[in-house]
Amino acid sequence: MARFMGLADAIASSVRDGQTVALEGFTHLIPFAAGHEIIRQGRRDLELVRMTPDLVYDQMIGAGCARRAVFSYAGNPGVGLLRRLRDAVEHDWPRPLEVEEHSHAAMAAAWDAGAANLPFAMLRGYLGTSLPEVNDRIRSVTCPFTGEELAAVPALRPDVGIVHAQRADRAGNVLFEGIVGVQKQVVLASTTSIVTVEEVVDDLDAPGMNAVVVPGWAVDVVVEAPGGAAPSYTHGYYDRDNAFYIAWDQIAADRERFTAWMDEHVLQEAPA
Amino acid sequence: MSDWTSDEMMTIAASRALSNDDVCFVGIGAPSAACNLARLTRCPDITLIYESGTLGTKPDVLPLSIGDGELAATATATVSVPEMFRYWLQGGRISVGFLGAAQLDRYANINTTVIGDYADPTVRLPGGGGAPEIATQCQKVFVTVKHRARAFVEQLDFVTSIGFGPTGQERAQLGITTAGPTLVVTDLCVLEPEQGSNELVVTRLHPGTTREQVTEATGWPLRFATEVGTTDEPSDEELAVLRELHRRTEEAHAAR
Repeated sequence: MARFMGLADAIASSVRDGQTVALEGFTHLIPFAAGHEIIRQGRRDLELVRMTPDLVYDQMIGAGCARRAVFSYAGNPGVGLLRRLRDAVEHDWPRPLEVEEHSHAAMAAAWDAGAANLPFAMLRGYLGTSLPEVNDRIRSVTCPFTGEELAAVPALRPDVGIVHAQRADRAGNVLFEGIVGVQKQVVLASTTSIVTVEEVVDDLDAPGMNAVVVPGWAVDVVVEAPGGAAPSYTHGYYDRDNAFYIAWDQIAADRERFTAWMDEHVLQEAPA
Repeated sequence: MSDWTSDEMMTIAASRALSNDDVCFVGIGAPSAACNLARLTRCPDITLIYESGTLGTKPDVLPLSIGDGELAATATATVSVPEMFRYWLQGGRISVGFLGAAQLDRYANINTTVIGDYADPTVRLPGGGGAPEIATQCQKVFVTVKHRARAFVEQLDFVTSIGFGPTGQERAQLGITTAGPTLVVTDLCVLEPEQGSNELVVTRLHPGTTREQVTEATGWPLRFATEVGTTDEPSDEELAVLRELHRRTEEAHAAR
């Protein structure tokens, strides 16, 4: 049964140095508040898993939390590059960053396999690309029925998976609406799952019987964190702050400016 | 009308390649503008799909990311990302994939991963995202990219997604049955793969562009088709709709 906790306690009790941690959300419902709390608590040597590292991992990598990143698209969508991730890969600042790079199709399948308790995911993928040459976790399997060779990647099973959702009820049942990404897969694939929500309500008020609701008994921790996905967004609550995503390109372009921004907006902020 | 920019010509020429019954997997940036311009002009019934899981989306402004709320709010249906890639893309439901590129070679292989050595890159680019499988699983692929010698290169530093392969023949040899990149639209011209060799050749020049300009902006010895046509100038309607779309988009992205 889901436990309700404050954000600082949830992170302190679940996230340890050196663990594999996934903060997911496909452009929508990115758990920024949780990422900022991990930065404030000074976690180090994390293996960070996310299909699109986005600004949240740019910030965590720039703050020195990560030793490794597993991803499939490391850009600031529609804007350009992730400059802190780039600086870590190109110049080892603030520390070297090992990367394991996939395609979206493979990572999505790997999340699905993790939720399904399978050891690996298979797909018709990676044909003719250089990615298998630089990532030895992209391998192949042969279909036992047809002989077709298919790409295989390991299932994703992080120590801690963190996602954001619209709301939870008092039993910890969680509702996801809009672009649901891999939110459900992450909750089910992770050893410990934390869901931050805009609000905890008496009635979940799900829009229909096939809404994406993850039962509270499948969630470990629920944290009420209003605004916890900003500057990404929570459908029905607030929009994506596209102006900030554009502005981040300048903030992150310079180490000193980045450090000053993080100090003012993350390190000195009290947790929600 | 002659008062248009080469960027506008690129978007408009790319939009003309789409048809009303296409089911189109849309990349962000220039492809997104072209696909929505098509929807707002000649192709009101075109199905636009973004990799975030939005099927049949009809955004009023261009999304900044592939997952803006506008895309979900205006979609016929929104599905999870594993379903998007497994059922809809791998399932063979998409007629056209529309991609951009950082580097492209003469066989329309694309690099969006690194410039320089992978382990010690000069520039770390965003990487593939959906492109490696879009390139092989859509029935055909259109590419739109600005024509510059640093983008149109002799040798890719990394193959993020396959066009026709290193010598133009590997796509078929790998058993990929989809058509691949049948069209490349730049701000200067239109290129198509030559029958047999699959080498990109210029088939149309945009109005006012010379062969010398295009050759100069290409990093390999560029060839031209036997007959090179001229792209029709942007119509008043195309320009008006595209400019209004960009105006709405800029206004929306600047606001909070």
